[in-house]
Order: sequence, then structure tokens, then C-alpha cells
Amino acid sequence: MTDAIEHLMPHLLVAPILLPMVTAAVMLLLGDRRRPAKQVLNALACLLNLALAVALLLWVRHAGQQAVGVYLPGNWPVPYGIVLVADRLSAMMLLLTAVLGVASMAYASGRWDRAGVHFHPLFQMQLLGLNGAFLTADLFNLFVFFEIMLTASYGLLLHGSGWPRVRAGLHYVAVNLLASTLFLIGVAILYGVTGTLNLADMAIMVPAIPEADRGLLHAGAAILAIAFLVKAGAWPLNFWLAPAYSAAAAPVAALFAIMTKLGVYAVLRVWTLLFAPDAGVSAQFGSAALVWIGLATLAFGAIGVIATRHLGRMAAACVIVSSGTVLAAIGFGRPAITAGALYYALGSTLAVSAFFLIIEMIERSRASDETPLYVSEVEPEEAFAYPVDLMPPPGVNLDEDERPLIGQAIPAAMAFLGLAFVACALTLSGLPPLSGFVGKVVMLSGLLGAAEVDGHAVQVATPIWTLMGLLIGGGLLTTIAMSRAGVRYFWAPQGRPVPRLRVAETAPIALLLLLVGVLAWQADAVLRFTTAAARALHEPGGYIGSVVAAQPVPSPVATGKGGLRR
Amino acid sequence: MEVILAIAIGVLGGSGVWLILRPRTFQVIMGLSLLSYAVNLFIFAMGSLLLDKEPIVTPGLAPTLENYTDPLPQALVLTAIVIGFATTALFLVLLLASRGLSGTDHVDGEERE
Repeated sequence: MTDAIEHLMPHLLVAPILLPMVTAAVMLLLGDRRRPAKQVLNALACLLNLALAVALLLWVRHAGQQAVGVYLPGNWPVPYGIVLVADRLSAMMLLLTAVLGVASMAYASGRWDRAGVHFHPLFQMQLLGLNGAFLTADLFNLFVFFEIMLTASYGLLLHGSGWPRVRAGLHYVAVNLLASTLFLIGVAILYGVTGTLNLADMAIMVPAIPEADRGLLHAGAAILAIAFLVKAGAWPLNFWLAPAYSAAAAPVAALFAIMTKLGVYAVLRVWTLLFAPDAGVSAQFGSAALVWIGLATLAFGAIGVIATRHLGRMAAACVIVSSGTVLAAIGFGRPAITAGALYYALGSTLAVSAFFLIIEMIERSRASDETPLYVSEVEPEEAFAYPVDLMPPPGVNLDEDERPLIGQAIPAAMAFLGLAFVACALTLSGLPPLSGFVGKVVMLSGLLGAAEVDGHAVQVATPIWTLMGLLIGGGLLTTIAMSRAGVRYFWAPQGRPVPRLRVAETAPIALLLLLVGVLAWQADAVLRFTTAAARALHEPGGYIGSVVAAQPVPSPVATGKGGLRR
Repeated sequence: MEVILAIAIGVLGGSGVWLILRPRTFQVIMGLSLLSYAVNLFIFAMGSLLLDKEPIVTPGLAPTLENYTDPLPQALVLTAIVIGFATTALFLVLLLASRGLSGTDHVDGEERE
């Protein structure tokens, strides 16, 4: 297995970009008529994408200390051509994207893909943008892949149409267009100061920047960070997030859960490379700002969770909490805390994604007409047959009717939804036994370690204690909000029709929550991996060295091995 | 030339920001367009401002920015123009959809009177 992967390296690196690109192109050629064919194609591509991500992760795991795969797509020497790089963090994020892709695709194939045109090609383009952004190692390609991802996301957000989506989409597109201009300004300034776009090359240049240019470098990095933070949903740049995510179709929102993590990833990648601890005067530039922005985001999200009764907005607030937590934690620049934050990010992204899917199912049971207007054809198949004779007739209060409550079967669909909801709630609020708890404990112990080391440095201690308080307080607020929602939707309702669930729709939720469980079960292995990833991030020498040392493949003419013969 | 370029970027950027802050969708899209022009000029300015220089290295001349203009910002601007064009077109479609669904061209879809 590992031999086969080793054999495919480094070409395996470009596969997660090529696969969705080719798939999307083929789907566009198929036209809008042949939906079953496109559905199958999309499913195959998503599964293959998952296999590729797993293969890359396995390679990174077995590649030892210097687990950095470098691929030169244009075969130009390093600072000149574009570069794709897969290190532990990239491989991890690729796998997360692929998992969310599979789950969301499976859920969408239930019926959502019929709610509008071109769902499948847009879906693959979104995966292309995400995969590319996680793999690229130069700033301008990062911009291009961000734009591909965003453009596809504009289309996906509007999937299903309707006034709420158009209205949320209008704001979403305007904000992201503005963020893109900021992105370009940041890239241009950094290019003007350092003369390169390659991140590793830029990291080498940073310590040697003349003093006169250093202010410009910092300004450029800060402007770039604003563009990333808009995508990450950081306060006060996140007012677009809740309307957009709660208006999007459920499978789309489930996939969007990774988009904020892409913003966080970009911050983490660029910041750790450019302002590494050994970057001279610029070392750890912006660390305090990152921490405080993260803390404000976390607080804003936690208040948002408790302040709303609308489930979609609650899930969007959970997205904000998750990205605020990770931002604040990585801002300290300590491997121990970052490792916990990465682990937490994995679990919370999976859980939020599942939560978006569950919400749609819960809301479905509230709709008086179970068959929505937008679905052209609804097959009457059901995943769970519920005992019809045991169901009380609509509108009956069981207590007043004096029917025995004992022995009444909970409809299997409601039982599934309830259990899934509890699993999401436990993960998102950070209660044992699921992965949210483990992630928070690791972060808290890392913070305690940092507080002890810096016992004298008061300016560091304040954010540490604030983050600890917010982690616990935010967890409490999430628990309260989740229990309130659970009571309202699962215990209180009378006479609501039980939602019809299909295997294609319940399986992805089960898969996501199973993975959350696996994260908690295999916490040791995952944490060892994220610790190695965090250490490599905060000591970027290995990354920079591997990228700079990458040699283009020699021309066949020069080596005399083949080539064009006349 | 630097002064002219700086004034042009400033005027475009300033007008763009002012228009984006207006409440009508058409003003916002014009603002975004103006802002993207400003950014494109800015990317040029971040390369090197030279007249009558080619971005092609010729034998006999040292390959420094005194003798050649930097080709990379031009490539960046080209990409940025294409992407900006596509996203602005998409925004235009959304704008029209919003106008059709809400009956107003206010950015929030409802008048604040």
C-alpha cells in the first residue's frame, strides 16, 4: 500500500486538483439533461477524491520527520514556477474536505440536487477550489483557488433559489468581492516588498527586508490577513455569515462548513511561514491581534448561539465559535495549543456539517406539507418504517388522553434524529465523551502550560486566561442553547408528522458522527499527528527547505532518455 | 508619472469606496468595478513603472528592473481582470434577480424610510 503510494508521489499531489476539474468539465459537457449520469459521476469523483486524500495522508504519516511533498506543475525551478506542497496540515485539511464532500454529495443526491440547475458541476468546482487552496504554496495561486472556490460557492448558495437565498447571496457576493480586492492589494504589496510570490521564498526574504520597507511588509500582511479573516468569519467581519449559511440548502451549508476553515488555514499557513519565531524583527508579528480577534469572534459566536432560536442561525453561530476558537488558539504560536486547536477544528467541522444536515431534517417535520414544492419527483421509499398504529393522532396530548406512555415506541426517525442531535450538541459544546471535549482539554492544558512558563509576562497572561474562560463559558452557553433547542424540537412537539428519512440522507449524518466518535476513540493517534503538524508549522524550516530544494525534472533531451525523435 | 498614477489610483479607489457604501445595488456594483480598476493599477505600480521597456530579456543587457519591466504584475493583473470580470457579471445577475424578487434596488431588498 505505502509502496504504491510512494510510487505515485509526487504526482499524487496534483491529482486532487485535476480530478474535480476534469469531472466538472465532463459534467458540463453532459448538459443539464442527464442527471442520473451526473449524480453517479459526482459520487464516483467524491469517493475517488476521498481515496486520494487518504493516500496523501498515509504518505505524509509514513514520510517521517520531513513530511513535505513538493510538486512542480510547470517543471520550472522553485522561485519562478508555481508549486504544490502537501505537508501534514494540508493532507489533514484535504481529508476533511473530502469527507465533507462525500457526506454532502450523498445527502444532496437524496433530492436537493434537483432543486436547481448545475448542482453537480458547481459542487466539483467548489472541491477543486478547496483542494487547490490547501495544496498551493504560492500566494497568487492561493488567490486563484480562493476565487474558484468562491465563484462556485456563489452558485451553490443560490441553489434552490428563493428570496432569502438571493438576498443573503447579494450580501455574500459583495462582501467577498471586497475581500478579494483586499487580497489582491495584500498580495501586490508583499510582492513589491519581497519580489516573490512563493511563500517559502518569501519566508526566506522576510528577515532580510530593509528597515524602510518593513512597515510596508507588515501593512501588506495585515491587509492580506483581513481578506483571510473575512473568509474565516472573524469578528467584526462575519455579519454576512449567519444569513448566508442559514439560507443555503442543507448539503451546501454542510460543505460550506469547511470554507471558514480555509480562511483559518490560510492565516495559519501564511502567518507561520512569514512571521516564524526566527524571522528577526518581524517574528510573531500580529500574534496579539490574532489572539484578540479570535477571542472576540469566540465571544460573538457564543452569544450568537444563545441569542437565536432559529436552528440554522444557531449552526452558523457554532461555525463562528469554532473558527474563533481556532484563531485565538493558533495566535499564541505555541505548538501544544495549536495541536489541540487543529484537533478541535476537525471534530467541530464534522459536527457542524452534520448539524446543518440534521436541521434540515428537523425542519422538514415542521412543514405541514412534507413534499416540498421544488422537488420534481419524490420516491416514496423510506429509510425507517415507523409503527403507524402506535403514533398518536395529530394534535393529541398524550397525558390528557390518559393513554399509557409506557410501551410507546419512539418513531425510529425521531430516535435517529434525536441521537444525532445529542452527538452534535456534545461535540460542539465540548462535553465528554466526544471529540469536542478532548480538543478543549488539550487546548486548556496547553494554555495552562503557557501560563506557567510566562508567569511573569502579564501581557501574555491576560489573553490566556480570557481564552480559558471563553472556552469553558462558550461551552456552557452552547450547552444551554442546544438543550433548549433539543427540548423544543424533540420533547415538546405534539402531533407533528414524523419526517420521512431516506438511507441516502441518514447515512451521511451517521458517517460524519461516526467519524467524530472515531476522532475521540483514536484521539491519541490523531493528536500525535496534529502535534507533529503544529510543530512543523511553528518551525517552518523543514517546509521551506523542502520547497527550495525541489528540483525540476531534467529535460529528456538533456539526459538523452527519450524525448521527441525525428 | 508616479504622481499621475497615484492620483488615478486614489480617485478610483475613493470613488469606489464611496459608491460601495451607497444603498443602491447599481451604485455598489459600479463601486466594486471602480475599486477593481484601482487595485489593478496598484498591482502595476507594485511591479515597476517604466516607459518603453519590454518584459523580455535580451542578450547583452543585465536582467535587472532598470532595463526591463517586471512581467509578473502584468500576468497578475490579467488574471485579476478576468476573475473580477466574471464575478462582477455574476453579481449583476444577482442584482437583477434581487430587483425582480423584491421590487426595489435597495441592497437589503426593502426601503428604509
